[in-house]
This record gives sequence, structure tokens and C-alpha cells, in this order.
Amino acid sequence: MNQGIETLPVWVSLPVTALLVLGSLIVLIGALGLVRLPNFYQRIHGPAITITLGTGCILIASMVYFTALQSRLVIHELLITAFVFLTAPVVAMLIMRTAVYRDLRAAKRSREPGSDEIYQFPPRKK
Amino acid sequence: MMTLLSLAIDFTLLCTVLAMLLCMVRLLRGPAAQDRVLALDTLWMCAMLLALALGIRFGSLIYFEAAMLIALTGFVSTVALAKFLMRGEVVE
Repeated sequence: MNQGIETLPVWVSLPVTALLVLGSLIVLIGALGLVRLPNFYQRIHGPAITITLGTGCILIASMVYFTALQSRLVIHELLITAFVFLTAPVVAMLIMRTAVYRDLRAAKRSREPGSDEIYQFPPRKK
Repeated sequence: MMTLLSLAIDFTLLCTVLAMLLCMVRLLRGPAAQDRVLALDTLWMCAMLLALALGIRFGSLIYFEAAMLIALTGFVSTVALAKFLMRGEVVE
């Protein structure tokens, strides 16, 4: 353990602690959803929404901690924040489109609609 | 008072490793290929968070570069895998 933790004032270490605990709990809940949810289109919400929020919490905690530890403004975690917040929706959209495409292709090949596991277009309204 | 912060850092490390184990379960068990790609992407994110938490624990800024590289590589590999699953080729 480094020596800097003992020198931090309380009003810095309390928000860092809260943000770290909150972020790690959110990440754990997201991974649990990835394992426990029954369908692929429900499972994708875990990483796409939940883990992005947890990443934001831990990145803010890291910014506050290093700013207090080095007594200067350390905000280069904003790079990772911007990158993750830009790429997480892109990745989620790509994987979802891949799943829809593959399921439609599989449904066209097998010609038996009605299964819950594969995606189907909603029925057209009259 | 300061031991609270070290406890929180240890808790963060534990939760991140547990999340990585859960992603590993989905990666090995996933019924379709897109489940495995999703689990691999989540595994990259959790590895990035693990690097950040280790940086806070040891108080060094070197782990930031590792986290940045992990995020970049994870994005590129997930996009390539998703494109390959959709089209059968990465670069058309």
C-alpha cells in the first residue's frame, strides 16, 4: 500500500470511498445481469448501460484521488471517460445489429417462427 | 479513518475480479456467438477498471496508460468480432 493514502484529508477520502464502492457495486450488478438474464436482448443491457455507469463512477473517483494526492489538477482520466462514453453505445449497437441479423437469417433458414430466443419483427398493424 | 479508503479499494478490486469471473462464465457457457462477443467486451471493460483500481491502490499514474491501451484494444477487437459475425469478413 502506498504512503499517500494516510496523508489524504477526510473530506477527500470520503467521496472517493463512496464513489469507489458505488461504482464497484454497479459493475458487479451489471456482470450479474449478464449471467442471470434469460435472453440475449435482455442480457445486453448489463454491459451497455450498467457497466458504463460504474466506469464513470470509478473514473471520477480516480480523478479526485490523484488531484488530491499530487496537489495539482490531474484530469487525464477524462480521456478514458470520453473514449468509453463514445464507444460503449457504438459497441452495443454493433453487437445488437449482429444478433438481429443472425437471428433473422436463422429464422429464414429454419422457417419455424414463434421461438422466444430469436428476434422477429413485430407484427404489422392493419 | 484512512483505513476506510484502503478497505474501499480492496472492495473495488474484489468486485471487479468477481465481475470478470461472471463474464468468464457467460463466455464459456453462452449459447450463441454474440453472447460470447458481449461477454468478451465486458471482460475488456472490467480489465480496464481493474487497472484503474490498481493505479489508485499503488498511487501511481503508470496504470492509466495501461487502462487507456486496454480500452482502445477492447473497442477495436469487439468491433472486428461483431463485423465478422455479421458479414463473415472484417474488411470488405
